[in-house]
Amino acid sequence: MKLNLKVWRQKGASTGGKFETYTVEANEHMSFLEMLDVLNEQLIAEQREPVSFEHDCREGICGTCSMVINGHPHGPMKGTTTCQLHMRHFNDGETITIEPFRSNSFPVIKDLVVDRAAFDRIIQSGGYISVNTGQAQDGNAIPIEKDLASEAFDAATCIGCGACVAACPNASAMLFTSAKVSHLNMMPQGEVEATQRVLNMINQMDSEGFGACSNITACEAECPKEISVKNIARVNREYFAAVLASEKNPSK
Amino acid sequence: MKLDGKVPTGELSEKWTQYRGTMNLVAPNNKRRLEVIVVGSGLAGASAAATLGELGYKVKCFTFHDSPRRAHSIAAQGGINAAKNYQNDGDSVYRLFYDTIKGGDYRSREANVHRLAEASRTIIDQAVAQGVPFAREYGGLLANRSFGGVQVSRTFYARGQTGQQLLIGAYQSLSRQISMGNVTMYNRHEMLDVVKIDGKARGIITRNLVTGAIDRHSAHAVVLGTGGYGNVFYLSTNAMNSNVTAAWRATKRGALMANPCFTQIHPTCIPVSGEYQSKLTLMSESLRNDGRVWVPGKKDDVKAIREGRLKATDIAEEDRDYYLERRYPAFGNLVPRDVASRAAKVACDEGHGVNATGLAVYLDFASAIMRYGKSEAHSKGMVNPSEDEIKLLGEKVVEAKYGNLFEMYAKITGEDPYKSPMMIYPAVHYTMGGLWVDYNLETNIPGLFAVGEANFSDHGANRLGASALMQGLADGYFVIPYTIGQFLSNEIRTPIIDDQQPEFEAAEKAVKDRLAQFINIKGKQSVESFHRRLGKIMWEYCGMSRNEEGLNKARKMIQELRAEFYSDVFVPGELNEYNPELEKAGRVADFLELGELMVVDALDRQESCGGHFREEYRTPEGEAMRNDKDFTYVSAWEWTDTTADPTLHKEELEFENVELKTRSYK
Ligand SMILES: Cc1cc2nc3c(=O)[nH]c(=O)nc-3n(C[C@H](O)[C@H](O)[C@H](O)COP(=O)(O)OP(=O)(O)OC[C@H]3O[C@@H](n4cnc5c(N)ncnc54)[C@H](O)[C@@H]3O)c2cc1C
Ligand code: SF4
Ligand code: FES
Repeated sequence: MKLNLKVWRQKGASTGGKFETYTVEANEHMSFLEMLDVLNEQLIAEQREPVSFEHDCREGICGTCSMVINGHPHGPMKGTTTCQLHMRHFNDGETITIEPFRSNSFPVIKDLVVDRAAFDRIIQSGGYISVNTGQAQDGNAIPIEKDLASEAFDAATCIGCGACVAACPNASAMLFTSAKVSHLNMMPQGEVEATQRVLNMINQMDSEGFGACSNITACEAECPKEISVKNIARVNREYFAAVLASEKNPSK
Repeated sequence: MKLDGKVPTGELSEKWTQYRGTMNLVAPNNKRRLEVIVVGSGLAGASAAATLGELGYKVKCFTFHDSPRRAHSIAAQGGINAAKNYQNDGDSVYRLFYDTIKGGDYRSREANVHRLAEASRTIIDQAVAQGVPFAREYGGLLANRSFGGVQVSRTFYARGQTGQQLLIGAYQSLSRQISMGNVTMYNRHEMLDVVKIDGKARGIITRNLVTGAIDRHSAHAVVLGTGGYGNVFYLSTNAMNSNVTAAWRATKRGALMANPCFTQIHPTCIPVSGEYQSKLTLMSESLRNDGRVWVPGKKDDVKAIREGRLKATDIAEEDRDYYLERRYPAFGNLVPRDVASRAAKVACDEGHGVNATGLAVYLDFASAIMRYGKSEAHSKGMVNPSEDEIKLLGEKVVEAKYGNLFEMYAKITGEDPYKSPMMIYPAVHYTMGGLWVDYNLETNIPGLFAVGEANFSDHGANRLGASALMQGLADGYFVIPYTIGQFLSNEIRTPIIDDQQPEFEAAEKAVKDRLAQFINIKGKQSVESFHRRLGKIMWEYCGMSRNEEGLNKARKMIQELRAEFYSDVFVPGELNEYNPELEKAGRVADFLELGELMVVDALDRQESCGGHFREEYRTPEGEAMRNDKDFTYVSAWEWTDTTADPTLHKEELEFENVELKTRSYK
């Protein structure tokens, strides 16, 4: 199949960027990134600069691949990362537009590569349970209801890709943040620090410049791991309760 | 060079406890003055960096990824072993130790493996405390499953995403240490050299992958947790950016590379579909708990399937060859990986392979679906359920266990594995070889340590499933934090290492010159094309089976390819910018050297053991034939000058507790 690609090219964070057009010969068994590999090999053969894009596992689990394909973060397939998207879902002769994830909190590094370090800082602000190595009791000492463990697991499957931010008109990071808060606050191990965690993580999220959540739910629709917006509702409740509690008891 | 494994004296089961109790300690006030560099943020690196930070050392952690959470450990699917005996099926530390030694075909160090089995239990406790959402039973307790090569159920798992959940646990602990200021994190920094001063490792040189800046970083000790080198084969289940550079740069500075030819070919991966293919996808070994492996017994059926005239489901039960169950009745579909992979190769070599390329076998869940379906129907009290109802119930159970794997299979192949069997074929997956380390996980360069897949310890010639996660976390959480003290306790008077010393300057210059060299070749061929060609040579001659003639040929071919690389590679872009092609160039250049060493090692080892199968050494039934008399040693290779031959140093392996037997899974 023959494809026309409109690809965003940008030399660095401080320079402007623009679309360039290429044609590439692909087949339907290729993954989307393998199609881009073909494009890059073609560019290199012509001694031109290949398109920079990020990827690693190519199995939908590391969260490295990003890019917006035809207006959708990770492309048009539901619950699918860019690396797991296959060309059989595109048509011969189609024009495909490829852009980086766009958000002020994710500055472009080059072409389709953006800097998502803000996510790491949100985790550093409280996305953990404070337990040092060697302090743990026996694993079976705390039974956890199967369904609860499974619900916490669903939240914990977030791959930190940032598609939720790219999908949101406000560039809110609420789906990502709430998934981590939910995972930890739901489990008995995470209860002790639950209040502080939700306050710290939401405050960090705000200070990174992500927008506010106004319940548009585009994030859930585009999330490759289908993280539920129920997490946002849960965390909103916890956050307001925590704010009230800390106003009553400001020393905490 | 005399290699001393530094195994402590005493009873096997007491060695670690006694050693730990008598080790040199570093006082808290001194820890604050000692700096440690950890390269890598996978399970091994992240757990080491977090724990060393908790202990009070000043830690600097490096990764070439944009975040520590992206390390390749994230992709591990099936599970992690621990000798908890929660299933009451007779498991014990000794049994896990024994299974691992036997699974490794008696080519690992007894004392290290025993320590690993001991640590396995606390890893699970630690992970649970961090909030890792392991699978649970209805009673709320932790669930287990079985993996290949063992007869107990000791594998803990988090659906098919165990690596992800464990890595996120370690990443969260690391993040906490970063927020407390105990660990400084350097993302998007690639280590390109180790700096040695007075024979000791005292720092590294890195390239900032965003700006291209070359920087010096000094410390009292350096720990490498930089992963395995399976990508030397180009196609493998490893993440695209996994590479050998950190370990190889250490080798070039005099560290020894141990057993490089011990590579693991995993039996259940999605087969290669075309030339453009960039990587192979694993289908977790846990699937062999419920999947039955088979090929059509009749050549006519094979032909009809390849031509699309018949489907797998059309083949009658009696015309199927469940070759693992036939050849290995005791373990059946759960034989270890090396055995399962070779058996698949034999079936395909004999002409029974089922896809167009002839390189695929079936992994069939139909019987498991019916079995689970019946049991569900029964427990739901259904009277005379129809076949379709049973199937539906069974599919639900299978989905709960392996849903994400089935989905991944469907996404990649476009076929529904609930309705027709999966097609699978072996692929490169893991490297047992790695930097030589002693019991302290220290290489032969004082102050340079290696943890996780980057070292050679623990798995011998074949790794059992669910034991790499265990080893990476044992090394990082429970071994290195103690053993590094043996070295650092003698360094408490050493001031902060000055990075203006001539050794740093020389190493920095060497790195800069090498990068400039790549850009200046200005040839015609892409880095990728060299990598692909190297991969083909490795797979053909140093893959699932090897022989002297092929290996000799491969060595020559690799040398020629290397020369061609240095005269005709084209690396676009500039030094001082984000430049993935330049990154790849350095990594492929290192693979082009490592590949040759793997071939040399495979030639030297004139026996078949574990994943290393030399066609000249096999039993009349075609099974691997070890030679304990001549090869019960670790091959540790010194190779600082690639224009000369590598030098072999041997560490003889002593077995005081287990008897060396022919591995039988029949
Ligand atoms: C698909 C798949 C499934 C698997 N499933 C299982 C399983 O179910 N159970 C099991 O036990 N094992 C499994 N394994 C094996 C296991 O995942 C790995 O062996 C293990 O995770 C390796 O961990 P590590 O910490 O040693 O290395 P990695 O996780 O590979 O981490 C390496 C780190 O080093 C960094 N790094 C490397 N080089 C440099 C450099 N030069 N400069 C800076 N940083 C560098 C990387 O950025 C990364 O952070 C699986 C492997 C694969 C491929
Ligand atoms: S919530 Fe979904 S879209 Fe957002 S980072 Fe996590 S996986 Fe990606
Ligand atoms: S490359 Fe890892 S999720 Fe896409």
